[in-house]
Amino acid sequence: MSTTVKPIKPWAATPRDRFITGLSVGLSLLTSVVVVLATPMKGKLAYFAVFFLAWFVIDSLFILRKSGSKGVRDGLAAKLTFFGGVLVCMAVFSILWATISRGLKGINLAFLTENMRNASLFDPIGKGGILHAISGTLMLIAIAIIISVPMGILTALYLTEIKGKAAGLIQFLVQAMSGVPSVVAGLFIYAAIILNTPLRSSAFLGGLALTILMVPTVTRTAQEVLNLVPSDLREAGLAMGATQWKTVALVVVPAARSGLITATILGVARIAGETAPLLFTVGVFDGYNFNPFKGDQGTIPTVVWRGLLGGTPESVQRAWSAILVLLVVVLIMFVAARTLGTRSMKK
Amino acid sequence: MNNSGTDSINQNGTHMSEEQNTTPSSLSDVAARRAEAKTAGGTVPLGTGLEARGVHAWFDKHHALEDVSLDFSAGTVTALIGPSGCGKSTFIRTLNRMHEFIPHTSMAGQVLLDGKDIYEPGIDVTKIRLQIGMVFQKPNPFPSMTIGENVLSGLKLAQLKADNQDQLLEECLTRAGLWNEVKDRLGAHAGGLSGGQQQRLCIARALAVKPKVLLMDEPCSALDPGSTLRIEETISQLSKTMTIVIVTHNMQQAARVSDYTAFFLSDGGPGQMIEVGPTNEIFSRPRDERTENYVTGRFG
Repeated sequence: MSTTVKPIKPWAATPRDRFITGLSVGLSLLTSVVVVLATPMKGKLAYFAVFFLAWFVIDSLFILRKSGSKGVRDGLAAKLTFFGGVLVCMAVFSILWATISRGLKGINLAFLTENMRNASLFDPIGKGGILHAISGTLMLIAIAIIISVPMGILTALYLTEIKGKAAGLIQFLVQAMSGVPSVVAGLFIYAAIILNTPLRSSAFLGGLALTILMVPTVTRTAQEVLNLVPSDLREAGLAMGATQWKTVALVVVPAARSGLITATILGVARIAGETAPLLFTVGVFDGYNFNPFKGDQGTIPTVVWRGLLGGTPESVQRAWSAILVLLVVVLIMFVAARTLGTRSMKK
Repeated sequence: MNNSGTDSINQNGTHMSEEQNTTPSSLSDVAARRAEAKTAGGTVPLGTGLEARGVHAWFDKHHALEDVSLDFSAGTVTALIGPSGCGKSTFIRTLNRMHEFIPHTSMAGQVLLDGKDIYEPGIDVTKIRLQIGMVFQKPNPFPSMTIGENVLSGLKLAQLKADNQDQLLEECLTRAGLWNEVKDRLGAHAGGLSGGQQQRLCIARALAVKPKVLLMDEPCSALDPGSTLRIEETISQLSKTMTIVIVTHNMQQAARVSDYTAFFLSDGGPGQMIEVGPTNEIFSRPRDERTENYVTGRFG
């Protein structure tokens, strides 16, 4: 004789609980609408703030009846974290929304496939484009990656694996470096190289300025992921008669691979939108320049900067569209790095 | 354990796979006979084994291990038993120079491999570790490598050459008792194996560089009884061709797999070796009262 057992979730919310949750949200909504209408407060943010305040109070009252003051404190902590999460999401989505809604209008084929050689920022939309700036930005990012990823990862390996005598000092310098304002990085390259050597502004020098900003980010992230590699693995390698170099190269670094890719991505995210250091080291340019070592270079951040300064509706439109392009370029790079990183892991 | 029952090593150092006229009545008898066979003659196969002479170990100022002298003759299995914190693991790590990886440690004494001190200045540490392999408490296969790559990783890590890698792969996995379970998925990642399989994979990995001595630091403490049994079978197989030192908290395991047993104890001060002898003696008639109390489960 068998009876079929129906799976239930005794811990799930009962209809009564759900009703109370709905009621407190509804009451809070109502309160926020009433308060905003009855007082001089205006705008979406006002609704949002009043809603959360009302919800804190109303829901706490319901909880107090059900599970006492301990439950209220628990609920308040949960609401605060939720509130924090919502705030961050609002900031991110409003930035995305502003960029997409304003930038999309200026996106057309010419914008993505032409340069500004025969057009100006003040021409009607549809004339000229920013392909030169896309290529310039990609070139700068590539130069910065080529220099700072090996540098950052090697520094991180020194700090986590070798732990040599200079580790404390290097750690301190890396931390100090991550606080360097970006304009200082540009000024440094300008003062140290452009004023003192025959070299003039070029993508390479811009890449060097960006490297100063990128190295600390890559180093610190790489250091954290390398520290996560269990020391068992290092011991296992060494116990088989490997030198430390072989253990690091064949065991530790592969184990931390996806984390090291993340370190690179975070580094790129740090520098992709930098404008100030580029003004000193790369200049601005309206045409293609494929020589990384000579001549000014167009970049997306400088296009944005000039467009916003231009002030006419056309130039501001171009700036917004360029921001959108930068976002998409960076996004594509991230997705590509992630897929490459995980694909070769699986085999 | 069938193998150890029918296998022994004669005085000329050759293996005899069949020993006639004796039917082992109990495990300790077997161990005793094996011990006699190995120590009686003086000539020992497989080199002369590993000897610790007056080994001390410190962590910073803390004296963790005091004056341990212990011989591991070639081809024997020696179990190190004792309560936690008595210095067994510290001792085993001084035997292949893994002790020095922990910052601020120091040691004293000699460890002789085939008569040569492994702590002698100028000696190549990587060569020592190549000859004295180690299996750790927690299975630690390399996560970024496949099963096959894990086994052969020692070749790359220690920069050795192997003529026939496929054959070596099969041989090591067979000796570790894992071949039949993984032969169809050598290209899969090692993380998908069960804990017991991972530990046998680690044993196979240690075997691939052909060590003379294998140190095992509580190799079964994280495993279920079935996997433990498999690993014990593996140990008795391996003991034909190498010297094995195993740290264990499981006294039945010590009795099952080892020829000799050494009992370690710390009375609050540094850990010391209280007593060593053939396993059956340690478990049946120990000389020291503390050993007797420990093996009969009165403390520890």
